[in-house]
Amino acid sequence: MRLRLQLGLLFAIASVLVSCQREDRILRQPPPANDILNTIQISGLNPGATSIPTPPSSNMYQESAYAVSEGQKLFEQYNCVGCHAHGGGGIGPPLMDRDWIYGSEPGNIFATIMQGRPNGMPSFRNRIPEYQGWELAAYVRSLAGLLPKGVSPNRPDQMNVKPSESSTSEQKPTGITGVPEQHK
Amino acid sequence: MNSGFTFVPLRFLAQAMTLDPGHHHVLHPAAPQAGHIEWLYWITFWILFAVFVLMIVAFASAAAKSGVIADHPLPILEKDEEGDRRASWGVASAVGITVITLFLILVLSVVTGKRVEGLTSKNPVTIQITGHQWWWEISYPNSQADQTITTANEIHVPINTPVVVLTNSMDVIHSFWAPSITGKRDLLPGYSSAFWFEIDKAGIYHGQCAEFCGLQHAHMGFSIVAEPVDQFQAWQQQQLKPAREPSSTDAARGREVFLTHACLMCHTIRGTDAGSRFGPDLTHVASRNMIAAETLPNTAGALAGWIVDPQRIKPGTEMSPNPLAADDLQALVVYLQSLH
Repeated sequence: MRLRLQLGLLFAIASVLVSCQREDRILRQPPPANDILNTIQISGLNPGATSIPTPPSSNMYQESAYAVSEGQKLFEQYNCVGCHAHGGGGIGPPLMDRDWIYGSEPGNIFATIMQGRPNGMPSFRNRIPEYQGWELAAYVRSLAGLLPKGVSPNRPDQMNVKPSESSTSEQKPTGITGVPEQHK
Repeated sequence: MNSGFTFVPLRFLAQAMTLDPGHHHVLHPAAPQAGHIEWLYWITFWILFAVFVLMIVAFASAAAKSGVIADHPLPILEKDEEGDRRASWGVASAVGITVITLFLILVLSVVTGKRVEGLTSKNPVTIQITGHQWWWEISYPNSQADQTITTANEIHVPINTPVVVLTNSMDVIHSFWAPSITGKRDLLPGYSSAFWFEIDKAGIYHGQCAEFCGLQHAHMGFSIVAEPVDQFQAWQQQQLKPAREPSSTDAARGREVFLTHACLMCHTIRGTDAGSRFGPDLTHVASRNMIAAETLPNTAGALAGWIVDPQRIKPGTEMSPNPLAADDLQALVVYLQSLH
């Protein structure tokens, strides 16, 4: 009887604690931070002997399912699909494979969106707020299966690469080295 | 002022009865359809009132008649066939009256539904209303593309003319409800439907989304401006024009700001490069009374506040914050206010 009471109490406490992990939607975005574009390094070469430490490449938005689904919406709305299709590519390179011409880290993708890239990628600097750039970067990473399943959009209307449920190792992108011949 | 809690509902009811008719109110109809609905409301009200009074009278008389039973155990009653028969008749007739009353109300509501739905004129004004989270896209379709008017949240209609409304939704289910005009109508995503209304009295009538549609459901309002035919036609002519050219250096700079910042990613101003259709058409934004789906008055201050920090005013809205430099913002507001 006493054991049962204790178990019941434990269950009640556990169910209360579980709700502490609730994901928050960030509706009111913080004001734009420092100019992050200047801190992103694309080449591995530096002048001088010591290399500059790489900036943290975490993207707070890729931890939030809401932000990733916002990114998915913006991906359609800002006509990314016009060139990249739904990740499969077309005029622009595909986003759902392992090849990343300008890097697969959130900061790399953000910089690609904001700065633009040669051969057709337009610059969205000043055209979209920074947080939307980060949301788009998070969604682009989800296309390639680089986000945990818990946050990637669960009902995409198109192809989506996700780690299969039975897979044990995370799919690793090949990064900057994997530039396909035709884009060099 | 210090009336007790029990009087609050009464006071609320009294307030609702005497509300300014220009506001939205089911009991102040401004259109024949809303009149039919009001008629159904009052007839149902009085029938139910009569039923309520009869019930209370019957209950009170029964309570007054029966004495207090103090004996234990209860006395065994004699079999009373005459009394049983009378009781059966009583129950049967009560059931009969209830069924007839319910049937009567059913017939009345079907009749009202027919009256509200039926369209008599063959020469209506047609409006396409598309629901978005959280605003209304209003367009006046025309077979010629350059004669199509697109605006947002403010519907202009001529009085004494039937208006056919085609409905659709871009995201979730919304519901179009202007209580002084007609009943509710749901806007379903991917499904076109139509209804109609006609307004007798010129005026501005408010409406509201009546189907919960997300964070800013409560701030998804619209207004219907009913005006004489000549005024309506003048409004149409004005709306068909492309956006006014900036007349001052400030306004010219404001247009530059609009076209080099996030604004053009979502909004249209006809006559400029901005042509995206994800947000409201701003070609004649200064001609509207309110902004942000009837949330703010269309003043310089409200516009500036809405542009800089919309998430403070309507958290969750699709509009992104725009941290513009002060003079850029000033110029942008001057430009937007020039778009009559």
